[in-house]
Amino acid sequence: MSAPHVLVHEKKDTVGVVVVEGLKAGTDMLCVVTADNSSLRLQSKMDIPIGHKVALTDIKAGDTVWKYGQDIGKAIAPIAKGDHVHVHNVKTKRW
Amino acid sequence: MASKAPQSDLTFTGWRRENGRVGVRNHVVILPLDDLSNAACEAVANNVKGTLALPHAYGRLQFGEDLDLHFRTLIGTGSNPNVAAVVVIGIEDQWTNRVVEGIAKTGKPVTGFGIEGTGDIMTIAKASRVAKDYVQWASEQRREECGIADLWVSTKCGESDTTTGLSSCPTVGNMYDKLIPKGIYGVFGETSEITGAEHLCKARAATPEVGEKWYKIWKAYQDDVIEAHKTDDLSDSQPTKGNIAGGLTTIEEKALGNLEKIGRECRFIDALQPAEAPAKGPGLYYMDTSSAAAECVTLMAAAGYVVHTFPTGQGNVIGNPIVPVIKISGNPRTVRTMSEHIDLDVSGILRRELTIPQAGDLLIDMIVRTANGRLTAAEALGHREFVMTKLYRSA
Repeated sequence: MSAPHVLVHEKKDTVGVVVVEGLKAGTDMLCVVTADNSSLRLQSKMDIPIGHKVALTDIKAGDTVWKYGQDIGKAIAPIAKGDHVHVHNVKTKRW
Repeated sequence: MASKAPQSDLTFTGWRRENGRVGVRNHVVILPLDDLSNAACEAVANNVKGTLALPHAYGRLQFGEDLDLHFRTLIGTGSNPNVAAVVVIGIEDQWTNRVVEGIAKTGKPVTGFGIEGTGDIMTIAKASRVAKDYVQWASEQRREECGIADLWVSTKCGESDTTTGLSSCPTVGNMYDKLIPKGIYGVFGETSEITGAEHLCKARAATPEVGEKWYKIWKAYQDDVIEAHKTDDLSDSQPTKGNIAGGLTTIEEKALGNLEKIGRECRFIDALQPAEAPAKGPGLYYMDTSSAAAECVTLMAAAGYVVHTFPTGQGNVIGNPIVPVIKISGNPRTVRTMSEHIDLDVSGILRRELTIPQAGDLLIDMIVRTANGRLTAAEALGHREFVMTKLYRSA
């Protein structure tokens, strides 16, 4: 298998991690789910730095964001599939 | 797991100390009781080559639990098997002797000096003569072959990003899954960084009682420290600015990556106070620590751990004066731009060229090489961060 652009921890996750440097908007990304080695393709809508997250699905404001099959916080703005997901659109539910 | 078999006869060479514990370094430490004694300790370490002063900021007018932690950290540091012998210097005799007597229980050579009534210059002269004897004696102690079960391995990650949860933290977890069953002692901590994964952490306790003990520690930090002192929320501190630059968005996300360090199979058998030595036999322990790297590694070293494994994503540069700190990174940019700080590159995991079990085996190999004497990047670069944890203001 060629090197993936994105790694996803669990099937349930709604975000994945960009694992290549210099990812450009419009890239046809290979995304691999590490839990079961399944894969999917996704088009990036933005330039996304290595280590930053991409939405695997459309996420509404207020929705829980899933990674590791777990709740990692809530969307504070609508997020489209292929968008960059970070502190501008997701926040902790804790504090 | 097929990869377990070749490690069953794993050995390393180390110094077996008077109390039976095994060290992988052979330091002679010049240990200040308090901030006032740093200058004398540094002068002794300058006089006598091969000794190591451990200056720090505290030790005056502390009281209660905070003072107990101060003594436990100093005595534990001197007692660590990576230390062959210790000279203790304090402003006055009484507390100095308390540290000396604590370290002496290990059976290793230790002598204390009080500065009051003597002055720095005479104290430095007397302490330097003892330090010289110690360092020459230590230089003739020899390593011997030891089973892997004699190794105590701690972990804490730093400058984490999303790659640590995908690669370097699970690499450490895989190492623990393989070595804990072989009888090593392990420890993880970072109380504030389990927030978001506390339900998963509690479930990894060996018994419900240990889980409850752990949960009380975690909850007490939330209620007594965070709730009491936060201004708005902790989002400006946890995740850190470095974490956020690396792509981590929330404390929950950071915690879930952090917890990857304890693997899939092992259970923790006790929840320790800061710098408390484990007392329930071999296995994985939890320790109540700050998530600040130097504070945490200092506490784990004071509990008797002799090798530290440190996953990093964005590139933490930390070391410790008495314990080798092995840095593991899976971020390809960090291993390229900060290569001098990284001991083990596991970035192949992100390219799917390296599996987590293969990376775990590489880490075990690096731990053994480091125990046998390979200098870590932090040792070669002179990183000696020794930071005492302080619980509250002195009197």
